[in-house]
Amino acid sequence: MLLIPCPWCGPRPEGEFVNLGEAVPPRPADPAALADDVWVETLIMRANVRGPHVERWWHQRSCGRIFAIERDTLTHAIRPLDPEARP
Amino acid sequence: MTATRLPAGGLIDRSRPIAFRFDGLALTGFAGDTLAAALLANDVAVVGRSFKLHRPRGVFGAGIDDPNTTVTRLAPRPATNLRATTTPIEAGAEYRSVGTWPNARHDLGAVAGAFGRLLPAGFYYKTFMAPNWHLFEPFIRAAAGLGRVPEAAWQPVSESRFGDCDLLVVGAGPAGLAAALAGARAGLRTILADDGERPGGRLLDEGPAARAWIDATVAELDGLHTLRRMPRSTVWGHHEQGFVSLLERAPPDAPDLDFRHWKLRAGAIVVAAGAFERSIAFADNDRPGVMLASAAGHYLDRYGVRPGADVLAFATNDSGYGPAFALAAAGAAVRIADARDTVDPALARAAAAAGIDLRPGTVVERALGRSRVAGAVLTGPGGRTERVACDLIAVAGGWNPAFHLASHSRRVRSVWNEALATFTAGDCPPDLVVVGAARGSFATEDCVREGWQAAAAIAAGLGRTGGPVAPPEGPEAPVTRAVAPLFLVPPAKPGAKLFVDLANDVTTADLGLALREGYRSIELVKRYTTAGMGIDQGKTGNVSVIAVVGALTGAAPGDVGTTTFRPPYAPVEFGAIAGARAEARLYPWRQTPLADWHLAAGGVIYEAGLRWQRPGYYPRAGEDYRTAAAREARAVREAVGVYDGTPLGRFRLKGPDVPALLDLVYVNDFASLAPGRGRYGIMLTDDGLILDDGVTFRLDETHWLLHSSTGAADRVHLHLEQILQVHRPDWRVSLIPVTSQWANATLCGPRARDVLAALNPDFDIAPAALPFMATVEGHVGGLPVRVCRVSWTGELSFELNTPARHAVELWQRIMAAGAPFGITPVGSEANHILRVEAGYISTGHEVDGTADVIDLGLGGMVSRRKADFIGKRSMELRRRLDPERFELVGLLPADPNRLVPEGAPLTPGGAATDQEGFVSACVASVALGRVVGLGLLKRGRARLGETVHARVRDEIVPLTVVPPVFHDADRTRVKS
Repeated sequence: MLLIPCPWCGPRPEGEFVNLGEAVPPRPADPAALADDVWVETLIMRANVRGPHVERWWHQRSCGRIFAIERDTLTHAIRPLDPEARP
Repeated sequence: MTATRLPAGGLIDRSRPIAFRFDGLALTGFAGDTLAAALLANDVAVVGRSFKLHRPRGVFGAGIDDPNTTVTRLAPRPATNLRATTTPIEAGAEYRSVGTWPNARHDLGAVAGAFGRLLPAGFYYKTFMAPNWHLFEPFIRAAAGLGRVPEAAWQPVSESRFGDCDLLVVGAGPAGLAAALAGARAGLRTILADDGERPGGRLLDEGPAARAWIDATVAELDGLHTLRRMPRSTVWGHHEQGFVSLLERAPPDAPDLDFRHWKLRAGAIVVAAGAFERSIAFADNDRPGVMLASAAGHYLDRYGVRPGADVLAFATNDSGYGPAFALAAAGAAVRIADARDTVDPALARAAAAAGIDLRPGTVVERALGRSRVAGAVLTGPGGRTERVACDLIAVAGGWNPAFHLASHSRRVRSVWNEALATFTAGDCPPDLVVVGAARGSFATEDCVREGWQAAAAIAAGLGRTGGPVAPPEGPEAPVTRAVAPLFLVPPAKPGAKLFVDLANDVTTADLGLALREGYRSIELVKRYTTAGMGIDQGKTGNVSVIAVVGALTGAAPGDVGTTTFRPPYAPVEFGAIAGARAEARLYPWRQTPLADWHLAAGGVIYEAGLRWQRPGYYPRAGEDYRTAAAREARAVREAVGVYDGTPLGRFRLKGPDVPALLDLVYVNDFASLAPGRGRYGIMLTDDGLILDDGVTFRLDETHWLLHSSTGAADRVHLHLEQILQVHRPDWRVSLIPVTSQWANATLCGPRARDVLAALNPDFDIAPAALPFMATVEGHVGGLPVRVCRVSWTGELSFELNTPARHAVELWQRIMAAGAPFGITPVGSEANHILRVEAGYISTGHEVDGTADVIDLGLGGMVSRRKADFIGKRSMELRRRLDPERFELVGLLPADPNRLVPEGAPLTPGGAATDQEGFVSACVASVALGRVVGLGLLKRGRARLGETVHARVRDEIVPLTVVPPVFHDADRTRVKS
C-alpha cells in the first residue's frame, strides 16, 4: 500500500484515494477544431511510462482534493509536486 | 523402535505430558512439542502421502520449510493445511493426515505411485483439457494432497492493525538480536519479529554459553521501552515504501485473539531471517527417514527426540557434522558419506573419536526401504557401490540464505555465490539490509557484528548513535559452509525417482521433460512442473531446481537465473488478513432511515446499487414477487403508491459558474433554466457514451440540486470534481454530495395530490402553482420538505424530500393520510414495471455503456445552441463512422404471456449468428395486461412492425417491434 502525499492532509494510505491515471493535459477548449485522429489520440492514447510519470489522485475518502504527484512506475518512488499548480 | 524420545534434554516441559490423537492413534507428547516432534518421539514415520503420487512421506524439515507434513486438525478448532512442524500439540487434540484414505499408513491412493510414469509434468494440462477442466477439477482436487476443510471449520478471531516503527528486525537469531539491541539502545522505535516461539534461532542449539547470551540479550531488550518484541510473528510480505505485512499468531497481550494482522510501515528493515538447509536429489530421496541434517539436530536439541538409531549422514559441507556428532553422542550409530574427497583433518579426527564411520568421496545413490528408510546404496571412490543399513538419512546439501523479504520489493537482487553454491542477496540500500546467515555469514561472531553494524548505520542516518553488541563468549567451532556443489546423484537405474520438490512431487525427470518440451525460462519450467509452488514455496528445493536445470542445459546456475521471490514468504490464513472485515463489514450496506419500517412491513430487501438496500416488493400472504409487484404497480396506476427514493444521488451546487458547468456536462441546455424549475438531463463522458441521467433543479439564482442515479453517484461525483479541479479550476462552483442528508418519499399515482393535500402542506400544490418539473420548499404538517415534481412511473408524482431525521415521521404520516386513498408501498420491482410501461430509460438496462442519446430516442434533447459539451465530439464522430446503430424500441412477444429474460440477444431470424440487438427489459405490464419489453435493435426505429427474434437457450421467441412507450405516451397523466 502506497503512502500518497496529499497537499492538504499529508501522507495518507492509498486506500483513501482513487487513482485518476496519467495527468493528461486539460480538456481541449474546442474539440471540434481538432482533426478526428488528433481528437481520438487525445482521448485514448497514454504514454504508459516505465519510470517516473506524473499522475493524478483523488482524495475521495477524505478532503476531496485532486492533485498530481510524480511516481516512478518501476520503483514506486514518489515525489510531491507544487501544491499550488493546477493538477 | 528407531526414532525415540531420550530420557533427558530439549526445551520441553517433561512435567506436562500431553495426550493427542493422530490418524486415530492415541499418542503422548510434552508441552513445548510441535506435532512433528511428538510424532517422531512416538516413532510415527509416515505422516502423510505425497501430493500427486501418494508416496509415503515423513518429517523432513523442522519449520516452515517442511514440504511433507500438512495435516488437518479435527479438534479443537477444526482447520486444515496446518504444518506439523509449526503446530504446537494441544491436550485432547485430534489430527489427521492429508490426502490419504483410510490413513497415512495404509493409503489406497498409493496406487497412483505405481502409475507414476503416467503422471508426468503437465499431465493435468494435457489430459483434462476437453471438454472442460472444471468437469475434472473436483475429482483431481479430492485425490491431490490438499486438506478438506472440516465441517464447522474453525473461525479464528482476528484483528487488523496499522503500525509503524523506525526499524523492523526480521528474525531473532544472533544477527537479529544484535540488530534489535543496537537499534533500540540508540533510541530507534524498534520491532523485533520472529516466527518462532523462542528467540535465539540457531544459537539455541549451541550450548549453555550461547543460551546465556540469548537470555541476557532478551532481558535487556525487554527492558527497553523503544523495543516491541513479537514472537510467533511472520513478516510475510515486504512491499513498497517500507510497507510490510506481518502476521502475529496468538498475540501475547491479547488472549482472546488467534491472529493479529499488521500493516506496518517501517523506516528501515534489517532482514536476519537465517538460512534453509537444502536437500540433494538421489533416487527415492523422499522416503520417510530422509531428513535434513539440521532438522535431525534440531529435534535432538530442542525436543530431546532422536529421530534415528542407525544414522547415515550425507554431507557436501561441514554443517552436516554437528548433527552427526550430536546423534552419535545421543547413542546412535553414525556413518557419514561426504561427497568431498578430502575432509578437514580436525573434523575427521573428531569423527573418529566419536566412533563415526566417515566415508570421504562417497555419495548416497539411492535410499532403500518403502514406508521408511531401511538402508542406502553408497557410491564410493572409483564408483564402488555398497549397500548399508540405516533408519535415518540426514542430508546436508548446503544452505540457502532466506533473503526473500529483501527481494519482495525488487530493490535487492539475487546473485550466485560460488563458495556456497547458492543465491545470496546482492547490494542492499541503506534502509533494507540483509545480515547474518540470510546474507551467507554463518559464524556467530559475524552474525552479531553484521547485525549491530546495520542497525547502528541506520541509527546514524537518523542522527542517533548505537554502540557495539558483544557476541557470546567462549570458543566457537570454526564455521565454514563452503560446499561441494552437489545437487543430483545420477541414478544407477533408469526410471528412478529423484525428487527436487517434495511438496508437489516434482522429480528431475519432470524438469527434463519440461526442457524437452521447449520450456527454457526457469519461470516457465517452474510453472509447468509446479516446482516450488507447494506449501513450502520451494524453501528446500528451489535452488536445486535451478541447479538441476543448469546441469541439464549445460548452463551455470547463476546463468539459469533465479525465480522471483514474491509474498507471501510463508502461508498466511486468509481469515487473518480479513480480520473483522468479513461479509457486510467488508463493504457495509447502506440503509435508508426507513429500513426498519420496510422490514416491519414485510419488505424483501436487496441492493439497489452502490450497496444501498431497498425493498424490492412487499409480499402479502400467498404472493410471490410477481403477484406482489403487479399489485403494487396497479395501485400506482389506479390510485396511489409511495416509494422510498432515498438512495438517489444528490449534489448541491452553488456559485456563479454552475450554469457553465451544467452546460458543459449535459447534452441539453441548463443555463436558461428558471429558478424553481428543473430539467431532465443526460450527461456523457468524452467518449460520447452516456455516463448518467437525472433531473437538476435550479433552487434560486445560484443554488442548484443535481440528481444522479443511485448506482452512478460516485461516478458523477468524480466526473464533476475532475472538471472543477483539473479542467476548469477558474470556475467558481461549490459541489457537495448530499445524498444521505436527505430522505425521500415519492408519492405517485392519480391520487397523489389528494394524499399531499391531506398531509396539510403550507404551500400551494395546485397544478398551476406546482406544475410538472417544478420544486417548492415548505412544510407538511410542520415537517420541513422540499417537493420536486418528477416522475419515473408515468403518473402524477411528488417527491417529498426531508432531512433524514424526519424520514420516519414523514413516512408514517403519509401512510396514515394515504390510507383512505388506498396508498400502497411500492418496491423496486413495481418501479421497474412502471418505468418500462412509461418508456423511461434506466442505467444498466438501456444505458448499457454502448448506447448514445440519439440511439435512445432522446436526440431532441441534444442542444443545437451549444458549440461544445462533453461527449459531443465523440458522439458525432462515432455516428459518422458507423451509422448502423442499435436503437431503442418497444418489443411485444407474439405470446402475450411470454416473459423474455432481460439481456436475451436478438439475432436475425433467431439464428446462431451475430446479434442485432438485445432485450433490455421485459415485464408483465399491468396497464396493458400483457408482457411488454424494451430493447436495442439495429436500425430499430426504421423497423416498427417487423418481427424480430430473441434467442433464449435453445428456444426462439418472436417479438413485434413497436414504439418504446406503452403508457401515457403524451404524458398527460405525468403533467396533470
